[in-house]
Amino acid sequence: MTATQYVGKPVSRVDGRAKVTGAAKYAGEFNVPRLTYGVIVSSTVAKGRITRIDATAALALEGVIEVLTHENTPRLAWLDRSYQDQIAPNGSPFRPLHDDKVVYSGQPVALVVAENFELARYAASLVRVEYAPEPHQTNFDDAMAEAYEPPTGRAGYTPPPKPRGEADQAFADAKYQVSAQYATPTEHHNPMENYATTVAYGEEGKLTVYDKTQGAQNVQAYLASVFSMSSDDVRVISPFVGGGFGSGLRPVYNVFLAVLAARQLKRSVRVSLTRQQMFTFSHRSETRQEVRLGAARDGQLEAIIHEAFADTSTFEDFAEGIVNWSGLLHQCDNVRLEYRIAPMDVYTPADMRAPGATQGTFALECAVDELAHRLGMDPLEFRLKNYAERDQNLDKPFSSKELRECYRQGAERFGWSQRNLEPRSMRRGNRLIGWGMSTGAWEAMQDKAGAKATLHVDGRLIVGSATADIGTGTYTIMTQIAAETLGIPLERVEFQLGDSTLPFSPVEGGSWTAASVGTAVKEVCEALREKLFKLAGKIHDSPLGDATLEDVVFENGEVRLHRDSARGIALTEILRRSDMATLDEEVTAKPKMLEQSGYSRHSHQVTFVEVEVEEDIGMVRVTRVVDAVAGGRILNPKTARSQILGGVVWGISMALHEETLSDHAFGRFMNHNLAEYHIPVNKDIPEIDVIFVHEDDTIVNPLGAKGLGEIGLVGTAAAVANAVFHATGKRVRHLPVTLDKLL
Amino acid sequence: MHASSSLAPPETITLTINGQARQMAVQPWVTLLDALREHLDLTGTKKGCDHGQCGACTVLVDGKRINSCLTLAVMRDGAEITTIEGLAGEDGALHPVQAAFVEHDAFQCGYCTPGQICSIVGMMNEGHARTDEDIRELMSGNLCRCGAYPNIMDAIRQTLRERGEKPASEKNATPIPAYHLAE
Amino acid sequence: MNSFTFARATEPAAAVRELAAHDGAQLVAGGTNLLDLMKENVARPPRLVDINRLPLAQIEERPDGGLRLGALATNADTAYHPAVQARYPLLARTILAGASPQLRNMATNGGNLLQRTRCYYFYDVGTPCNKREPGSGCPAIAGLNRMHAILGTSEQCIATYPGDMAVALAALEAVVQVQGPDGERSIPLGEFHRLPGDTPQFDNNLRPDELITAIDLPRRGFAKHHSYVKVRDRSSYAFALVSVAAGLEMEGGKITTARLALGGVAHKPWRDPEAEALLVGQAAGADAFRAAADHLLRDARGYRFNAFKIELARRAVVRALREASTA
Repeated sequence: MTATQYVGKPVSRVDGRAKVTGAAKYAGEFNVPRLTYGVIVSSTVAKGRITRIDATAALALEGVIEVLTHENTPRLAWLDRSYQDQIAPNGSPFRPLHDDKVVYSGQPVALVVAENFELARYAASLVRVEYAPEPHQTNFDDAMAEAYEPPTGRAGYTPPPKPRGEADQAFADAKYQVSAQYATPTEHHNPMENYATTVAYGEEGKLTVYDKTQGAQNVQAYLASVFSMSSDDVRVISPFVGGGFGSGLRPVYNVFLAVLAARQLKRSVRVSLTRQQMFTFSHRSETRQEVRLGAARDGQLEAIIHEAFADTSTFEDFAEGIVNWSGLLHQCDNVRLEYRIAPMDVYTPADMRAPGATQGTFALECAVDELAHRLGMDPLEFRLKNYAERDQNLDKPFSSKELRECYRQGAERFGWSQRNLEPRSMRRGNRLIGWGMSTGAWEAMQDKAGAKATLHVDGRLIVGSATADIGTGTYTIMTQIAAETLGIPLERVEFQLGDSTLPFSPVEGGSWTAASVGTAVKEVCEALREKLFKLAGKIHDSPLGDATLEDVVFENGEVRLHRDSARGIALTEILRRSDMATLDEEVTAKPKMLEQSGYSRHSHQVTFVEVEVEEDIGMVRVTRVVDAVAGGRILNPKTARSQILGGVVWGISMALHEETLSDHAFGRFMNHNLAEYHIPVNKDIPEIDVIFVHEDDTIVNPLGAKGLGEIGLVGTAAAVANAVFHATGKRVRHLPVTLDKLL
Repeated sequence: MHASSSLAPPETITLTINGQARQMAVQPWVTLLDALREHLDLTGTKKGCDHGQCGACTVLVDGKRINSCLTLAVMRDGAEITTIEGLAGEDGALHPVQAAFVEHDAFQCGYCTPGQICSIVGMMNEGHARTDEDIRELMSGNLCRCGAYPNIMDAIRQTLRERGEKPASEKNATPIPAYHLAE
Repeated sequence: MNSFTFARATEPAAAVRELAAHDGAQLVAGGTNLLDLMKENVARPPRLVDINRLPLAQIEERPDGGLRLGALATNADTAYHPAVQARYPLLARTILAGASPQLRNMATNGGNLLQRTRCYYFYDVGTPCNKREPGSGCPAIAGLNRMHAILGTSEQCIATYPGDMAVALAALEAVVQVQGPDGERSIPLGEFHRLPGDTPQFDNNLRPDELITAIDLPRRGFAKHHSYVKVRDRSSYAFALVSVAAGLEMEGGKITTARLALGGVAHKPWRDPEAEALLVGQAAGADAFRAAADHLLRDARGYRFNAFKIELARRAVVRALREASTA
């Protein structure tokens, strides 16, 4: 792919028009005939048994069709395995309306189905649920006593590496030490679109399930298995997803309930969650972390000890990589990393944008800042001094790592060299100014994925894979890759996704979609190219003569000879002359494991942040950000930049705003709305300068792209907290950095 | 509890939506947002929180931007309502704000987008946005979880420039401000 | 949201009659808080009376040199009204610090006074709350109370009045005009909202069958020396942790009149004439400001998560006074 007609160009989103005109249809917007509406009743206790559900008043209302509870739900699949989706952690997945047990506050305990939404909502308020509550545990500081090492085996989870060197001794011996405890709170994903499912009940009970999900096939397999349906009888469609950030990697209970109701009532059903219910199924784990760093007088890192605790539910062992990054980001020969999880009476945590990495990196990179401060050393100089040339966790070279260039370009753009080392040394009027920085990394993964491509005789190319576009730009970059590979004008290419009947794709997450699905799209188009070339050769008087595939170029909907561009044939002409209406191809692209396994494959970044702090009242505002990223090949600078902007905004949000508050007396999240669960508003976000440094990588995947969904976030929260320290001299180690902590 | 007979009967109202008079019978408890989405299949207007805390449901009523989730359809009988579906021209030409959004990638998942765009049109009607800081403040009623704010700002600046209104932009300021050292 | 009957009133007397005739009926104007509460099942009125067609949206000059703000004038129309901008910039600034442009386009002046607390427990029918369900208990006292009151609290309730506009109105000594079955009466803003005491279910002293018709602003507008400081967890679209409306009149560097009202710290906008009196005759300066702030907060009581508000409020007062005096 040396010609770059489309790939690498700042193409505007191909689904842009649909999104700005309101034409894009999200899961809760497919208005099928005779639709009924389901509204969920949520538990108000965190643990116990349901002793009575009285739905009499609800059912007395004309137009209320049914109230589904554990008492009248039919027997479904029995084994835990049947409820375990592609990325389920070890354990027993939560089964909605399964029995009288309540295992977390906000758990769905009834579904009221009515002829219209308002009626269902009203009827739901009339359902009386009585509980026999049992003592619950939602206080993580107390729950930690029960912590254990999570079992391995969850897809995508890598346990901490074995200790290397003599970390504790090296720490004890180190001239300069930092030992500090950090904490990150529970957070909720809160995509703008609430979870919703519209089930269209078809002939013979076949279901078309319009669902908000990051994996249409994951949901489809789950439904087929839980409801013992034939795969042909349930199709999951999810063309647009109003944000996911990991909350839609696993099936959410609304899809279960909607399908349950549709099958029971033999009617089409829509079940939408309220914003309050968006706090009742997954969250970023709460953490408590201790980091101990030791360094020599010259700044050489001599010891890293990082121990983290995170929460999980009582029924699943949620595991994510929190501490591993501390063995990767900086060169150090004495490292000990530990990670334990502790069960609480909450729903199972979920992957949330840069899962694990953002909590762990916050702790490590703040500790690094503390150590540099103690050394009287510039934090950038400190990081350069301890630059990791090799992945010491894996003891492998990096497939590519242009972090040094990120440091250089980022610092230059930010003006870092003008920074005064001393905290509280810069001010603008009565505002203190602080500059902080942090680095971060994310794994560049590729997973097996399929794609199919169909060229039509009218010149349209339809390419598809069952992946998702949660705002990441999947539609656009896949269209670019297909157009580029087959030399077809962009506007003649249509990429389809979010449909369980399309070729296999993993769930859309982990920043692996560009690499995984992109490779499949490239390969299927290459296969189609070969097919077309062969067909062309068979045409009588073929203008390509006896040329080989290497002799030709695919461009502008034609295949032509390199050396004589006058000799060529339109792709549509090849089909016409071959009497074919369409030509199609399907592939499954697999990572080249052998080649990849010799290397550590990661994207890297550095964030430089400026904050202003109102000295008297503690209000913090981020005023400038420079984020420099080494993310391999950038397939589309426009959508790529948006990914990084989003990551940075998430980092600011994590640093300053987000925190789900639980009242442990009730075991219940209380700020379950967007007025009190704060995410940044427009005014909180400054100009953000994104730099993509040049990075060639032939190992990660044939596209050379590393994925950008998480990397913008990883180090940002630490950079903000470090900037606040530089501004105020106050080190806040418990996120978020709210103003009360600065008074 | 209330017997079924106590449910309020529907009222017939007329809403002029995107220039077209639509008569409909709705029960009083139907919000304008749900009337648009569930009764009229105008699903471009989004429901993000249903409590006036996110702005995704922003529409223009008699030219003013409001949260359609916090008003009842029956309270708007006779009103002129513009939704995202009504902004593009008859010929399909995008409204300048829509076009600027596409050009500047001012959205990702697209779910807050119709509300953002209607809000910007409303803000321009109001005429109080003079500086970048004004715009940021006056667009703070529209949350974007994807974090597209910087691009939304770019799209707004471009639209204002095209209209001949030039907001004072801090983008032209020196990239590295000078600071006074503390005493 | 419960089922309710719906009616429209086109003149104030009819609205008042509706309230008298239907037990539990509520008026709806902007709807920005009432519909929000109805969707949470916190408010379940059997009947709604739409008062948007009452002729109460004007902003008019008053013979005493003051200004009458119609109860149905929207927050936005009020804040951007030329007379408000010119003579009561404190009020304009305060209104614009609240909510969002969309909400300000809907919310009315009368409705804004009736905005209910943002206490988590009040909003969540899955938990007890004395304000929502008298006698059920107040979990906020021992629970999540970072946003709660530090002044005028009771054993029954530590909720705050969450709005902004009324804080400026308190400093301006506005007067609320109401109409009931027996005619009209005036309620000084300072007496409109109440402290929770043993009856936290009542936010204010408006009777259930009364309609707010207008808010009268006295002549004195503090156009020259005023400030509204709002301290909150994000730059915009967030409720105040603490807010301060300050209005000063000054002569030759000395304060001749002072008004101070705090928001986000009590069940009502908080004023203390003694603290204001401490400023009169003083030269504008940090010492005088701090003394007034200390006095204003002298009875403050912090709870587990909101004790920071006491010092924060003092600093916000000092800042507001500094800004007002140097404006």
